[in-house]
Amino acid sequence: MDLRETEAEQQFRAEARDWLEENVPHGLPSGDTQEGFALHLEWERALFDARYAVVSWPEQYGGRGASVWEWIAFEEEYYRAGGPQRVTQNGIFLLAPTLFEFGTQEQQDTLLPRMASAQDLWCQGWSEPGSGSDLASLKSRADKVDGGWKLNGQKTWTTRGAFCTHLFGLFRSDPESERHHGLTYFLVPLDTPGVTVRGFARLDGDEGFAEVFFDDAFVPDSAVLGGVGKGWSVAMATTGSERGLTLRSPGRYTATVDRLLELAADREPDDGEVQRLAQAWMDAEAYRLFTLQQVTNERAGRGRPGESSLNKLHWSELDIRLHELALDLLGPDAELEGPWSKGFQFSLSGPIYAGTNEVQRNIVSERLLGLPRK
Amino acid sequence: MYFGLPDDAVALKEGLREVLATACTPATIRSAWDGDPCDQLWKVLGEFGVPGLLVAEENGGLGLDELGFVAALEECGYAGVPGPVVETLTSLAVAPLPMDGSARVAVQALNGPTPHAAVSTHVLDLSGTLYELTKGAGEVTETVDRSRQLATFEGEALEIRLSDDDVALFERRGALGTAALLLGLARRQLDLTVGYVKTRQQFGAPIGSFQAIKHPLADAVVGTEFAWPAVLRAAQAIIDQDDDADLYVSMAKALASDAAYRMSRVCLQAHGAMGYTVEYDLHLFAKRTWSLSKDWGTASDHRELVAEHLGIRSDV
Repeated sequence: MDLRETEAEQQFRAEARDWLEENVPHGLPSGDTQEGFALHLEWERALFDARYAVVSWPEQYGGRGASVWEWIAFEEEYYRAGGPQRVTQNGIFLLAPTLFEFGTQEQQDTLLPRMASAQDLWCQGWSEPGSGSDLASLKSRADKVDGGWKLNGQKTWTTRGAFCTHLFGLFRSDPESERHHGLTYFLVPLDTPGVTVRGFARLDGDEGFAEVFFDDAFVPDSAVLGGVGKGWSVAMATTGSERGLTLRSPGRYTATVDRLLELAADREPDDGEVQRLAQAWMDAEAYRLFTLQQVTNERAGRGRPGESSLNKLHWSELDIRLHELALDLLGPDAELEGPWSKGFQFSLSGPIYAGTNEVQRNIVSERLLGLPRK
Repeated sequence: MYFGLPDDAVALKEGLREVLATACTPATIRSAWDGDPCDQLWKVLGEFGVPGLLVAEENGGLGLDELGFVAALEECGYAGVPGPVVETLTSLAVAPLPMDGSARVAVQALNGPTPHAAVSTHVLDLSGTLYELTKGAGEVTETVDRSRQLATFEGEALEIRLSDDDVALFERRGALGTAALLLGLARRQLDLTVGYVKTRQQFGAPIGSFQAIKHPLADAVVGTEFAWPAVLRAAQAIIDQDDDADLYVSMAKALASDAAYRMSRVCLQAHGAMGYTVEYDLHLFAKRTWSLSKDWGTASDHRELVAEHLGIRSDV
């Protein structure tokens, strides 16, 4: 057990803290509206210019080659400073790790710098109207044509699809195939002829969702990531990032708890609320500690199957509890539009996106505990 | 950064697991329920160095720290080792008593009957006085977990008096060790349950294939999985003599108490009526869990302490 940060890590953290304190914009409108999205992009470009957009990436792509420990520290400092949501997250946190693992050199060299600098904005095309939790039942097709593929079908609940420029998604490339066989992972510019995007409002009223229609949209062979017919295993690498560490780092929750404690200091929490506040602090801290253990184990080759589903179950349920408690402390003011009521509505999506928690519980019980599939 | 048990603690844990698989079976626990002090088991623990685990090597102990302590206790929990295991390890760390398993120390937290006093050689009261028991147990008060029966005792106060600092350290270790024990108990109940639901057939399928069984188990696993790092963090905080040591110990005990209790509920339910009997082994571990989740401070007590550390004020 060694909980100390090295000198280099301490310095990295201190520099990030100073820069963030000076530069983080406060009071941006939601990044899930057209106006707010544009303002968030300005912030993303400022991050990129300071080489804080993608700290863990190699320097050649705009990163700092930071270790995972430094990345965790950066995330802590980012949310502690009140940094805004990352509208680039589905690219930099989900697609990028998959590109590093499966992308060709050319794909990496072309796509990663544009992603880091927020020139290309990526959304995720997994779900379809008939395929949510049962992703492997998806029906969108890719048909082989000369020099490339024709895409047909529909994706939906695509986060920030109406504001993004590119989509990564799964398509059935073998019409004879079933379930998770015969799928291919495609990288698709949204301005491709035959692609239509329609934004629609989420629970909180922001236009953060989109449905994306593909009508004989042609993409070249170079749009395939990780090989034809390999889509399922490539996508599973992405979902591992989505459920685990990279999308939802502990710093988000420890910072939310700090704000919750500030809120409570201005109110008069009753005994029950005091208990819940203590529990909130412990649960966020437990996530931080679990993460340190998880990174240690993974680096030592002791990772366990299904472990990222434990993370997802914990942080998604925790986020709701933190916001429920805030709303209880706010009492009648809880109904007012504001950061807590907004955050509450967002937290309700946690157990739904990135694979519903019902799916995560299946994964934990089947892969980690070894219970039989149905 | 390295967050996990050091190699010596891992080796101890694995060795102990193997030894306890034969030295402490459910039959051993059942004999403790009948009043057997389980001398043979304690002799094995003594040969393994467990009682003197925290004692410095130059004084004949294993010289391990609190990480070794929680590693060993998690395994003792898994095996359901009966008797005052946490109490003995923590007492021997501060009082020079035999480390071969012959000394067993019960702890009197409140005046009155004391758990394990009937099967112990010594009692430590938390004002800091150590007693050697001169007579057999006095009046026995029955407990739900019969291996923890309370008894009055008569003893002779030894010349050993603990300082306030030693008592504080003792209490920290007691709560921490109990948290580790609870997570071992939870792991055992989970293993029993996973084994059962894989084979138990209803509606023509193993019940473990039903989401109604899977999902509560998965949620209970989340609880225990996130409590263990808190136990490790608290152990390290005691080793480092952190100002935050009490905070982390309270966090560990609160999370472990709740997580282990929840696991016991879910496991009992998953067994149906099969688990609702003293003939099946599950209850041996469930009842210990019920007791220990309240011992050394309940989850609520420890949340209260956490709130105090964090400076959260209440309106009362």
